[in-house]
Amino acid sequence: MPAAMASHPSLVALHGVGKTFPSGTAALAGLDLDVRAGEFLSLLGPSGCGKSTALRIIAGLSEPTLGAVAWLAPAQAEGDSRIGFVFQDPTLMPWATVFDNVLLPLKLKGAPGATAAGRVAAALDRVGLQKFSRAYPRELSGGMRMRVSIARALVTEPALLLMDEPFAALDEITRFRLNNDLLRLWQALRTTVVFVTHSVFESVYLSSRIVVMAARPGRVFAELEIDAPYPRDQDFRTSAEYAALCRRASETLAGAMAAGGEE
Amino acid sequence: MKPRPSARERYERVLRIALPIVVLALGLGVWELAVRIEDIPPYKLPAPSLILQTLLADRVLLFQSLLVTLATTIEGFLLAAIGGVGLAVLFNQSRLVEYSLYPYAVILQVTPVVAVAPLLLIYLPQPLAVLACAWIVAFFPVLANTTLGLNSVDRNLADLFSLYGASRGQVLWNLKLPSALPYMLGGLRIAGGLSLIGAVVAEIAAGSAGAGSGLAYRIAESGYRLNIPRMFAALLLLAVAGVVIFYLLALINHLALRRWHESVLQQER
Repeated sequence: MPAAMASHPSLVALHGVGKTFPSGTAALAGLDLDVRAGEFLSLLGPSGCGKSTALRIIAGLSEPTLGAVAWLAPAQAEGDSRIGFVFQDPTLMPWATVFDNVLLPLKLKGAPGATAAGRVAAALDRVGLQKFSRAYPRELSGGMRMRVSIARALVTEPALLLMDEPFAALDEITRFRLNNDLLRLWQALRTTVVFVTHSVFESVYLSSRIVVMAARPGRVFAELEIDAPYPRDQDFRTSAEYAALCRRASETLAGAMAAGGEE
Repeated sequence: MKPRPSARERYERVLRIALPIVVLALGLGVWELAVRIEDIPPYKLPAPSLILQTLLADRVLLFQSLLVTLATTIEGFLLAAIGGVGLAVLFNQSRLVEYSLYPYAVILQVTPVVAVAPLLLIYLPQPLAVLACAWIVAFFPVLANTTLGLNSVDRNLADLFSLYGASRGQVLWNLKLPSALPYMLGGLRIAGGLSLIGAVVAEIAAGSAGAGSGLAYRIAESGYRLNIPRMFAALLLLAVAGVVIFYLLALINHLALRRWHESVLQQER
């Protein structure tokens, strides 16, 4: 699948992107990144390598100081729902029910009530929370809140799903389950995912491609194609192939950290 | 979640209600006894029983005054709520307006209202001057707290709204105002007590006045006439009014936040 994917058209590309914060910190310099339609791309790197900044630039939440962001598939670049974003925290509105939280993107776009309600129900169904639509975020566990956050990001059926270390704060059991759910959703919805993480194991398990980044300034250090077939499950997690891929990714990450110098 | 309070918790709860009542009963008993044994004349210190008698005997007069003061308080409170929240929203939407007006809001707040009241009474008809005093003292906590709330929006949520292209109005209505609600309600709880204080201060500053006289005016008037029992009776009504206002606002706060805000949910842990 990934081999075939290499020939897929780009969805969005960053060309020579640099980002310097007003404080003078160079978060990114000369970043070239090509996100191919349909792939599961992880940005892996030590903290401070600018992977979250790159994600925010793709989302349009932050402007690059140098370079350009180009949406290369115009059909998907247009319209109201090209991007979904999942933050490290669930980032739910505490005063609103699960239903209203997931409804938010549609509401902001002025989608008509009846169809919107159906889409929210479908999105909650996808993450297995249809029974909790009237609950408030604080009544849910951390994993369930993250599911709500994912349902909200997917409710507009975005062409590109951006995820910024979404499972970093969860316990391992919950994280594994959400990893599997995410892969299932990605395959069912045929969306493109850019996933920021500092976990080698998570990135190998999920991704069709890993971009390893180095810090000071943030840049692409190396790329790894993970050509293990999907669907991946617990068998893959315990396979020798997975272990070998993780070792390769770890070595690359170690190289990136050496290249980035000491903090 | 615990299904039932333990015996210890129930004991604590009973104590919290019973102990203040015991203290009240003891205090009133000692007061009553002291007045009777020492034979203190009512114009020096009236016994609690006499205050109660006065309260009943003067109930029509005092009740009318209570209504006058309460009406001023409620009007002042509502104007403070509207003015405080309105100004906070305006400040939040326009930095120029905030820079232009905020210092004057502070000046209005820090100048003691007792000192402002006589001046207001010169320029405004008395009921309006009293109302203005109630408003001046009450609006600032609403303004300050609402401003704080509007600026305390979760940054990621704000990013999410901008990602979906939310308009300023949508951000205000769907994000900033709900985020600010707990702060706003905190400000309103303070404002409730302060608007009563503002009304009382202005009534006392107004001094002699005609028919529509509030409780504070009754207190001042009774003082001049050495009708001390009536002073105490009016004071009692004022205190009760203050307590009722406090608990009403606490109840509104609870009802508005009970489903989601930590401040209200803590005890369920």
